[in-house]
Amino acid sequence: MARSITPRRKILTTAAAWAVGILIFFPIYWTILTSFKTEAQAINDPPLFLFFDWTLENYSVVQERSDYMRFLWNSLIVAGGSTLLGILVAVPAAWSMAFVPSRRTKDVLLWMLSTKMLPAVGVLYPISLIFVRFGLLDTRAGLIAVLMLVNLPIIVWMLYTYFKEIPGEILEAARMDGAGLKEEILHVLTPMAVPGIASTILLNVILAWNEAFWTLNLTAAKAAPLTAFIASYSSPEGLFFAKLSAASTMAIAPILILGWFSQKQLVRGLTFGAVK
Amino acid sequence: MGRIALNGVTKSFGVTEVIPPLDLVIEDGEFTVFVGPSGCGKSTLLRLIAGLEDTTSGRIEIDGVDATGTPPAKRGLAMVFQSYALYPHMSVRRNIAFPLRMAGLDRAEIDRRVTEAASALNLTDHLDRRPGQLSGGQRQRVAIGRAIVREPAAFLFDEPLSNLDAALRVGMRIEISELHGRLATTMIYVTHDQVEAMTMADRIVVLRAGLIEQVGSPLELYREPRNLFVAGFIGSPRMNFIDGASAREHGAATIGVRPEHIEIDPDGPWEGRIGIGEHLGSDTFLRVHDTGLADTLTVRAGGEVGLKTGARARFRPMPDKIHRFDEGGARIG
Repeated sequence: MARSITPRRKILTTAAAWAVGILIFFPIYWTILTSFKTEAQAINDPPLFLFFDWTLENYSVVQERSDYMRFLWNSLIVAGGSTLLGILVAVPAAWSMAFVPSRRTKDVLLWMLSTKMLPAVGVLYPISLIFVRFGLLDTRAGLIAVLMLVNLPIIVWMLYTYFKEIPGEILEAARMDGAGLKEEILHVLTPMAVPGIASTILLNVILAWNEAFWTLNLTAAKAAPLTAFIASYSSPEGLFFAKLSAASTMAIAPILILGWFSQKQLVRGLTFGAVK
Repeated sequence: MGRIALNGVTKSFGVTEVIPPLDLVIEDGEFTVFVGPSGCGKSTLLRLIAGLEDTTSGRIEIDGVDATGTPPAKRGLAMVFQSYALYPHMSVRRNIAFPLRMAGLDRAEIDRRVTEAASALNLTDHLDRRPGQLSGGQRQRVAIGRAIVREPAAFLFDEPLSNLDAALRVGMRIEISELHGRLATTMIYVTHDQVEAMTMADRIVVLRAGLIEQVGSPLELYREPRNLFVAGFIGSPRMNFIDGASAREHGAATIGVRPEHIEIDPDGPWEGRIGIGEHLGSDTFLRVHDTGLADTLTVRAGGEVGLKTGARARFRPMPDKIHRFDEGGARIG
């Protein structure tokens, strides 16, 4: 049933949407703002919104004290590597679940998802032991493996949903047209699933980039990504809000830019399948 | 060449037997239609021949070679799907060329065949469009084009016209029949529409619950249906069935008379009240009630019959057009 949209209603919903948007964005905005204040201004009461002495000092201090590029590089490798590895494992898995399902497929999918409900700290000890045993502590390879496993259920689920949207008859047509399994996946399935695969990759890069529990617990110096970079400003010398904010801003900037440019793709990817 | 033989083919999904043991031979060059109500197993049978489903037991031979375990890609058959199943990310040209690319033909030969198929199917102006930019009829022609370029041993059609509107359906029906006349390749065509079956087929296979009820030419099925099911399924409007005393007079449990074999006759033995009349211009189909024979009799009258709703009239069945059936529904005589 179509519902008529009155101008009044439109104004109200627009205002509500802006309110929610601003509410969600506020912490990020505040962080960025604080990064340009002095430490004194950062804890000023009442809080300063716009009228203070803008300074870049925090950024130069942060850059002097720690090597931002090294953390950034680790983040890039860990997020990118775990995503690529995850996609390689998940595409065949999702293909088989979507197109040659067995009676247990639904159970397997739910079981995979249920692992996401387990509190990560519950397996911290066994995983730490494995890391110690195999010499993986504070290595990028170890982090890539763990983050890949942590996010794999989400990757498989997303790809499975996209693949389900592809009509089986088109793949059957390819088979009738003489395509083997390889040609079918390469020439027909993958090109049709590109939007889905792209948004899966994007979302997973963001998840891996922001992952803090494992990256903080399994790294020390060598393999530490940007999450560790932020954390290093929160405790040892007391709280320095302005510097912490500068570090945070530097850490989230790349992913914020990536998200900005790919927002259309992301929204489309995440609502794909929800609207027929 | 395209002779397809099924020997004792069965198909079960879990414990449900969809196709009980079935034998059927489709001769080279024949246009065979599988027809039956939904769920009768006709599409499953087609998919078994295509290789898209595995047989549970039995043998499928194509041109004398056992193809039971051969994957669909290697059977040399082409299929046209109900949903067209075009590749949405490829242009019409690339869609039609796809099976040729898979077969590893050289580019010049692919271009030649695609151009030829496109001009035969009136698609030349649309070669660089995507399927999404085409109408339903054009999409179906692309699907047919994709099937004919490979010069397959046989064509399999799975309800190819059900997504088209009525006018287009008639046009495509004729196009497919003409295509068969031109190529003289074996075609197997699945439909639930008996009009399509009657107008297109050399031979019709009537299926019910996976069993073959009758195989024959359209006119054989029309003239001598082997049982009540076939009698009721073939012919439009449906055959009238009458049981009870009137049937026993003819020495049968049930008799059947087609609407076109009942005449309006003031001296006729049957009498009834005229209900709704469906005027098609050339013909009028009258629903006749209160005959004491069946709930409703359908009678074909001339295009401009003068009978009004509610009027009473007398009818006469053509004596040599009465079909007789026994208690089990099988044809007598």
